[in-house]
Amino acid sequence: MENSSNQYYQQWRLIKDSMARYGVIAGGMGVIVAVVMIFFYLLYVVFPLFLPATAKPVGVYEMPEKSAGKTLLLDMEEQNEVAARFTDSGQVVFFDVATGKTIQQQAVAIPAGAKILSFSQGSPINEGAVVYGLSDGRAVVVKHQYDVSYPNNKRVITPSLMYPLGEKALVLDEGGKPIEQISAQISEQVSTIISKSATEIRVTSLEKEQSLFADEATLNRTDAQISVPSEGVADILVDKEGQNLYVASSNGRVAFYDISDKSSPVLKQAQNVLEKGQQITSVAFLNGDLSLMIGDSTGLVSQWTIVRESSGRSLMQKIRSFKVSDKAVVAIKGEQRRKGFLIVDAIGNIGIYHSTSEKKLINKHVSDNLLSVALAPRANALLMQSGDGKIHFWHVDNEHPEVSFKSLWQEVWYESYPKPDYIWQSSASNNDFEPKYSLIPLVFGTMKAAFYAMLVAMPLALMSAIYTAYFMAPSMRQVVKPAIEIMGALPTVILGFLAGLWLAPYIEEHLAGLFSFIIIVPLIVMLFSFAWQFMPRDIIEKYADGWDGALLIPVILIAGWFALSVSVPLEALFFNGSLREWFKNELGIGYDQRNALVVGIAMGFAVIPTIFSIAEDAIFSVPKHLTIGSLALGATPWQTMYKIVLLTASPGIFSAVMIGFGRAVGETMIVLMATGNTPVMDLSVFQGMRTLAANIAVEMPESEVDSSHYRILFLAALVLFAFTFVFNTLAEVIRQRLREKYSSL
Amino acid sequence: MQNMIRTWFKSGLPWVWLNAAAVALCLVMVIAVLGLVVVRGVGHFWPSSVQEYSYIEDNGSIKSLIGEHVDSSVMTAAMAISSGHKMTKDEDALVQYLVKTGNRDLIGTDFRWILQRNIKTQQEPEDLMVIERREWGNFYGRLVSVKENGRVIATGEQAWPVAQEKLDKALLIFKEIVRLEKKEIGAVNYQLERLRLKQRKLEIDHQWNAEAEKDLASEKVVYDEQYKKYQVQLAELYQKVRQDSLIAKIDNGSELEVTFAKIVKIYQPNAMNFFQRIGYFFGKAHEFLTDDPRESNTEGGIFPAIFGTIMMVIMMSIIVTPFGVIAAVYLREYAKQGFITRLIRIAVNNLAGVPSIVYGVFGLGFFVYILGGNIDKLFFPEAAPAPVYGTPGLLWASITLALLTLPVVIVSTEEGLSRIPKSIREGSLALGATKFETLWQTVLPMASPAMMTGLILAVARAAGEVAPLMLVGVVKLAPTLPLDGNFPFLHLDRKFMHLGFHIYDVGFQSPNVEAARPLVYATSLLLVLVILGLNLSAIIIRNRLREKYRALEG
Repeated sequence: MENSSNQYYQQWRLIKDSMARYGVIAGGMGVIVAVVMIFFYLLYVVFPLFLPATAKPVGVYEMPEKSAGKTLLLDMEEQNEVAARFTDSGQVVFFDVATGKTIQQQAVAIPAGAKILSFSQGSPINEGAVVYGLSDGRAVVVKHQYDVSYPNNKRVITPSLMYPLGEKALVLDEGGKPIEQISAQISEQVSTIISKSATEIRVTSLEKEQSLFADEATLNRTDAQISVPSEGVADILVDKEGQNLYVASSNGRVAFYDISDKSSPVLKQAQNVLEKGQQITSVAFLNGDLSLMIGDSTGLVSQWTIVRESSGRSLMQKIRSFKVSDKAVVAIKGEQRRKGFLIVDAIGNIGIYHSTSEKKLINKHVSDNLLSVALAPRANALLMQSGDGKIHFWHVDNEHPEVSFKSLWQEVWYESYPKPDYIWQSSASNNDFEPKYSLIPLVFGTMKAAFYAMLVAMPLALMSAIYTAYFMAPSMRQVVKPAIEIMGALPTVILGFLAGLWLAPYIEEHLAGLFSFIIIVPLIVMLFSFAWQFMPRDIIEKYADGWDGALLIPVILIAGWFALSVSVPLEALFFNGSLREWFKNELGIGYDQRNALVVGIAMGFAVIPTIFSIAEDAIFSVPKHLTIGSLALGATPWQTMYKIVLLTASPGIFSAVMIGFGRAVGETMIVLMATGNTPVMDLSVFQGMRTLAANIAVEMPESEVDSSHYRILFLAALVLFAFTFVFNTLAEVIRQRLREKYSSL
Repeated sequence: MQNMIRTWFKSGLPWVWLNAAAVALCLVMVIAVLGLVVVRGVGHFWPSSVQEYSYIEDNGSIKSLIGEHVDSSVMTAAMAISSGHKMTKDEDALVQYLVKTGNRDLIGTDFRWILQRNIKTQQEPEDLMVIERREWGNFYGRLVSVKENGRVIATGEQAWPVAQEKLDKALLIFKEIVRLEKKEIGAVNYQLERLRLKQRKLEIDHQWNAEAEKDLASEKVVYDEQYKKYQVQLAELYQKVRQDSLIAKIDNGSELEVTFAKIVKIYQPNAMNFFQRIGYFFGKAHEFLTDDPRESNTEGGIFPAIFGTIMMVIMMSIIVTPFGVIAAVYLREYAKQGFITRLIRIAVNNLAGVPSIVYGVFGLGFFVYILGGNIDKLFFPEAAPAPVYGTPGLLWASITLALLTLPVVIVSTEEGLSRIPKSIREGSLALGATKFETLWQTVLPMASPAMMTGLILAVARAAGEVAPLMLVGVVKLAPTLPLDGNFPFLHLDRKFMHLGFHIYDVGFQSPNVEAARPLVYATSLLLVLVILGLNLSAIIIRNRLREKYRALEG
């Protein structure tokens, strides 16, 4: 009995033993798993940035209500459930996007007897206004809108028409000349309608004036005329602010007017935008109405934007172009929330592009002849009418068009900028903002901060390590080493706080003092050490054997005080009393209070212990017989130091520097607090910067999950991770080798 | 002489001295930083005397100016001219004083730079009074009278003791108000929210019927009753606390009425003797450690931040210790030294070297959105669309920091294990113990101080880390503590405040940085003390341990 229980007990012990073994092994492997998991998770979030966009057909059906006339415009609402077909007979057919069934057909209030001659979408496009130009010199503005309601917890979308400028047709031309071309900018307060008749282009501006007592608003009207260019007019566009007017003629001439003063339009520039012999076949705005996309008969689409030149003149400037196919471009549609656009060519190919990233995202053939296309407001669906009267409904999956290798790492010519540049500017308050995701300024800032930090930390840390490991008295070393290592334990948030709120203003006031400190203190130390030889023997002996370092603390304090106080007269003597002003006036170097110098000192302070600790270990563990041998052969301690010890320990010192550098690259709080965090690319030590890490800390909390911005921030984290991984792994491998070498010596 | 210098250089001594200077400079820097934090931090609690200047304004008029002298600045003439000051020929420097004049509600700013040359006289009258208010910052001026129910009851000399007596009473009432609002009404609200979630859960499970409705309604009635009762009590207390007020006069002669409800403290710093000042110092330090913050964190105490930091650190320790120890045991006791252990060491070094912000990004994406989001979907469907665990909070912050501090524990424990002499393990094995028993009963107990060291260092690291926490759970002002009297008492999903983040937030994000600066220094001092204390104790434990094993080996 007892025997068997004992047996069970023995078995239980063995089971416990092997359970523990597997548990511990799993735990050990867990560390590797953690590192790998961090890496792959970051990669997993970043990966969708580089997936190609897709577009696939989901439905084809007959065009609804054929009898209502030819299609002028197709459009879809936000949810891609209801679409509208505007016809040339003044009808609007609302139909179900999935099935093509008519939901509602409404007639626009076109006055009897008038015929629709021209038609266009009002700017901004996402407001849903359209304008009809009539044969009797009148115009009608109508808006299609969609109410969403949730009866019984089901979404129901009800379309309707609305007349923002009143249901009565507007008389644009008193003489009743037919309106051949029309364009409009519609907003709550001021609307502008541009109409072209046979003899003139008319700018009509309507300002709503809310009277104090009545609900009704009166329209304040201003008119102005522009002569019709001799080349004729192919298209007229007015931007959503009602500021700039573009008149394009088919032979490639585009005239750009400033119409901010509605009563007197000013011709700013008229320019040929095409090569000879080609024709403009389609013109459209990119979202935000800052860029004009001009499509021509050879299948080339070029982007033109207004650039303010250094002389102060605003001119149209071509910033890039896209080759779609060899066939003429028949339609261009801008996305409503991004800088992407859709192009249709003459043989029924569609292409979706993104202007900033210059990426061709989708290129598909739909049908031989496409008459009308609609791009959904969220740019996730397409509705296309082909020549055979069919409507094609496609889904588009195009989440991150703005990211390409070029937009992240190369110079990009952004809208309204005078030249291509590296810019990081990820968000703004409005929707038509062009996000600028160049990582170069951030990488530059990271390197700049790390460079200046290393400039401060490396000499101090390595020299300290040399002295502490080799020359210092052991009893002093036991105090000094932990003291410097405790520097490393100081929270970086405190260093950053001191750097930002104490050191930065201090240096701003005592810039000359800092420079004189750098020059004078080493000189005084040298003087002191030279003079030290002449001290009486017994005093020298008292401090010999590595206690002389302690003597230098008061020397440095006094020298520092001397350097600071001598800097004021020196500054007055050589730099007119203010070094900062002198830099600005004489050398043109601006001074930013929170700059790379402050970061260098603060982050250097944080990195010193890291480098010191590892380098000191490496130097200290150089086998003693090497040094003793060298000394015995008559070398001085310093010769032994730099010919034997440094050489032997150099891999360890190298790995210390690398680990320190890795730390400086990833440090967040100090740079966050001690710089202005502006992503500028300026090498000057008196300017700030923004680093990758600080950028993540600033922008991550407000970035929308799974948006391009979010994923780019993850990419920044991945870059940091990969960078430090390489450095740390290399450093660790070198250290392991070194350890083996020492043990074999 | 020249020869002498040459031989001196040849001996290499100057370079040695320069290296020594580098060490000395590092030490000076450490001491300077610590000294700066200590001096400025302690200064926050010391009652500085209040000055009354008679000051010549730019337009020539002479005004009285009351305030604390905070800072001085000396500018050379050139700098002063370039920043827009007029200087006469014989002046070679411009001296400016930064004076905290308070009374933000009356004059718009708390601080003012004044020119030393324009100060006619400067005094420290004993009757100057400072009022620490709940809103609008400090008040500087003179006490005129004390009112009760709108009727003046004391003026002049007698007003001061009466005011203090009234304030003591008001503070007691205020304490009660805070207790009611925070604790009692907070608990009722918590229960009401619990009922709402319960109902929503039943609805989702299709078990919401008349019976359940009746049950919940009867419960709800009780809480509603309680709520009303507390509301009535509160109204009474507010009525009572607003009755009394004091009238005070500021430097330009205008008078201001302040109700005692708005006052935290009144004192006459110039009339205090040394011991009273010490008393004030400790009172203020106590307030700093135990009170809630006021005025968007720029005044009052930092108790929630201390509490949040401690909670987070405890949670983190619970998570990181077992993992770190197991990994170290594997490396030292189980693994064959070779490729795998090298790989693990590289992994550990990388964990230590990866920038902390990357942990924050990982924590936010993986723990918060993926793990937390799925936990919400599985266990808390009733709370949707409000996230429970799918948002940054205490739990995720602790796990993220546990990952961050893992290498610290591993390295330290491993070092401890490596110092245990082989003979001890062999002895145990020879007596028939299994490997696990050897480990559990001899090796680990002996290595426990090393684990302790590792844990302390990990705690020190976590307490000072801010960057990742900004992404995974720290907020500038948490309405509730993560630990309270409402079931389940420990709320791991709540956001919390943190000392390090408090420094960043108050020092850089607050609207009134200048006024908040002393508080930030005081917070820094606390954090530095905690972290240095932890590190020093870790070093001491480690040194003791080393000596112990040296004895064992000998």
